[in-house]
Amino acid sequence: MISLAGRDIMHAWGKFVLTGLGLGLLIGVTLSMAGIYRGMVDDARALLDNSGADLWVVQKDTLGPYAEPSSLYDDLWRSIRGMPGVARAANVTYLTMQVRQGEWDVRAMVTGITAGEPGTPGWPPYLVAGRQITRGHYEAVADIATGFRLGDQFQIRRNHYTVVGLTRRMVSSNGDPMIFIPLKDASEAQFLKDNDAIHQQRRRTVETPAFNRPGIPDLLDEVIASQSTNPYVNAVLVQIKSGYVASDVADSIRRWQRLQVYDRIQMEQILVGKLIATSAKQIGMFLVILSVVSAAIVAFIIYTLTLGKIREIAVLKLIGTKNRTIAGMILQQAIALGLIGFVVGKITATLWAPIFPKYVLLEPLDSVRGFVAVVIICVLSSFIAIRAALKVDPAEAIGG
Amino acid sequence: MKNFALQRRTLALLAVLLPLLALFVYVALRSGPLAPIPVTVTTVENRAIVPELFGIGTVESRYTYKIGPTAAGRVKHLEVQVGDLVKAGQVLGEMDPVDLDERIRAQQASLKRSEAQLLEARTRRDFAQTQARRYEQLLAARSTSEEIAFTRQYELQVAEAALRSAQEEVHRARADHEAVRVQRRNLHLVAPVDGLVTARHIEPGTTVVAGQPVVEVIDPENLWVNVRFDQTHAYGLAGDLPARIELRSQAGVSRTGRVLRVEPLADAVTEEMLAKVVFDERPEPLPPVGELTEVTVTLPALPSGPVIPNAAIQRLNGQAGVWQIDDGEPTFSVVELGTIDLDGLTQVKQGLKAGDQVVVYSHRALSSNSRIKVVERLPGVQP
Repeated sequence: MISLAGRDIMHAWGKFVLTGLGLGLLIGVTLSMAGIYRGMVDDARALLDNSGADLWVVQKDTLGPYAEPSSLYDDLWRSIRGMPGVARAANVTYLTMQVRQGEWDVRAMVTGITAGEPGTPGWPPYLVAGRQITRGHYEAVADIATGFRLGDQFQIRRNHYTVVGLTRRMVSSNGDPMIFIPLKDASEAQFLKDNDAIHQQRRRTVETPAFNRPGIPDLLDEVIASQSTNPYVNAVLVQIKSGYVASDVADSIRRWQRLQVYDRIQMEQILVGKLIATSAKQIGMFLVILSVVSAAIVAFIIYTLTLGKIREIAVLKLIGTKNRTIAGMILQQAIALGLIGFVVGKITATLWAPIFPKYVLLEPLDSVRGFVAVVIICVLSSFIAIRAALKVDPAEAIGG
Repeated sequence: MKNFALQRRTLALLAVLLPLLALFVYVALRSGPLAPIPVTVTTVENRAIVPELFGIGTVESRYTYKIGPTAAGRVKHLEVQVGDLVKAGQVLGEMDPVDLDERIRAQQASLKRSEAQLLEARTRRDFAQTQARRYEQLLAARSTSEEIAFTRQYELQVAEAALRSAQEEVHRARADHEAVRVQRRNLHLVAPVDGLVTARHIEPGTTVVAGQPVVEVIDPENLWVNVRFDQTHAYGLAGDLPARIELRSQAGVSRTGRVLRVEPLADAVTEEMLAKVVFDERPEPLPPVGELTEVTVTLPALPSGPVIPNAAIQRLNGQAGVWQIDDGEPTFSVVELGTIDLDGLTQVKQGLKAGDQVVVYSHRALSSNSRIKVVERLPGVQP
């Protein structure tokens, strides 16, 4: 038995393939949109994965350090380190800012990491070039998306930093690439005022009679020194010892240190559920609309393709072709069209994904879901076309 | 003919569809989460590493002299400006003596009066002595009464006591005079050593309290750098180690020096160790006190042993280790790490030997069931 559908496709294969390509581009856009949504969520998760922490200790009654500002005293990690079940505790600061290098600047999240060895919470877990930070000051490991290269120098506030290592997929929840610098420099960048402000503050202090007392000549220096300190960090990252349950350790820190503690699941809820919730919903809404529109277009295409062949179908009916055979032909064509469309869509989405400025994550499971959806839409829309085809009067073949 | 046309169409269709299918399979397997992770590997080498410590500090003067009055008063004049070089003993300025000169003159007068009184007492004593001796002789010749002779003796003793009193009074007056003159000299602000004036806190006419510095002088021959090292990496810091000092104003120019001493007290708040580093040669021009410097201290070289770059070190389940490739599969080897140098080379005490291959860079975080592909350089990384 010869395949009616195959014969028909062969008859005008160029048109068929081109229609499939067009459909494919549409499916590609839909898959990309799903990828953008997944990428957003993955950015938030990547931030948590890369910090290497089991618990985040932040200022009481805040959703810090990512969703809300949080500041803690920098010596608090010592008492947290002493809690049972804590294997490692490390200070960390986060500051999203424009990092300047000569004429151009790049938006980046500057992360202050505590001194130690690779694997300390907060450190970039893997590199793609260079080395990890070894000096306590003025070195940086940058995400490759910042555009920096090894040996580049850039400026944050008043200090110059040298890029000694490159990493990738280290992003903030907004998708901004991260730059890792030593903690002492980072907290200075975050809390230290600019020189003008410091100068004016000094002048104010000098003019305050209470601080500038002739009888106590050293008082003024001490007051100024105490105004220039910045003993704050944004969070303490905690790794727990094996054999301990994160929530137990978190409970004891909450109870005895009276600080806010989040574990991995809570942090993910904060990031995905609160921080990127609106923009994710926005993308999600658009994804839904795009899917509906794509489905409608697929249905129209198959319907018009069938209507274009309505005379031939009438002839088929006239020569006594069974309804099943005609329905099968239309269904097969619809599915073939869907397959070509899906293949083209998947290829285009994958090829243009790296060009996007933010991360686009094409999950295999999403592709499978997309494939099933495309087939179902094709089958459903072919039903409308089949109905139209079966309703046609064989007399039309001759009547015209 | 018809068959041929059909065949050609089939071929054309296949020519479009087959590459599309091939591309699809390639795309599905070679990109996204299913793609193998590109990694680079390196060989563990036996090398001697020279650990170094990096710290930042500020230029400070070893000796700072704060010169001011010992009693409250008003500054009369100041001879020196900031930046002046002064000699030991040089008068830098003077406090207003107020009435001290008058008091010196009063004390002088008082001294002279005492001296006159001394002269008078001595004359009285001489006269009394002469009288006493005469009456003694008269008494021996029985030409006077014993009572009168005794009275002369008594008068002599009184005169001698008056003389001693007058002598002590002269001493007192002289000491008083001297004291006021010393006080007068003390109003001079004098440089204790050869040095450089770094601050002039007070202008003439200002009243200052006792002990308030008016002028600060440092010894420019004795500048040192107060360096702070993070405690995490400060093991091995000791006196006499060679150091390289780079001033912030002269980046790229490094000067030699050595660690003078490591402070026995660490900074508990900033979690840093403190050390004093001195220049081998006095830097010219003199760096301003308070300038930021970067100091690199070289520790003694360690014996040769297996070393790996610190980019290779990962932490899995709380243990430090490296990824190795076993039959194309990544396996995690726990290692014990030793000292690290500033280029990131880390000694491996246990767990690896020279010649072993370890993963250095990876495109993503690895796990034991990752598919990997060893490449020369990771994609996207420029040479």
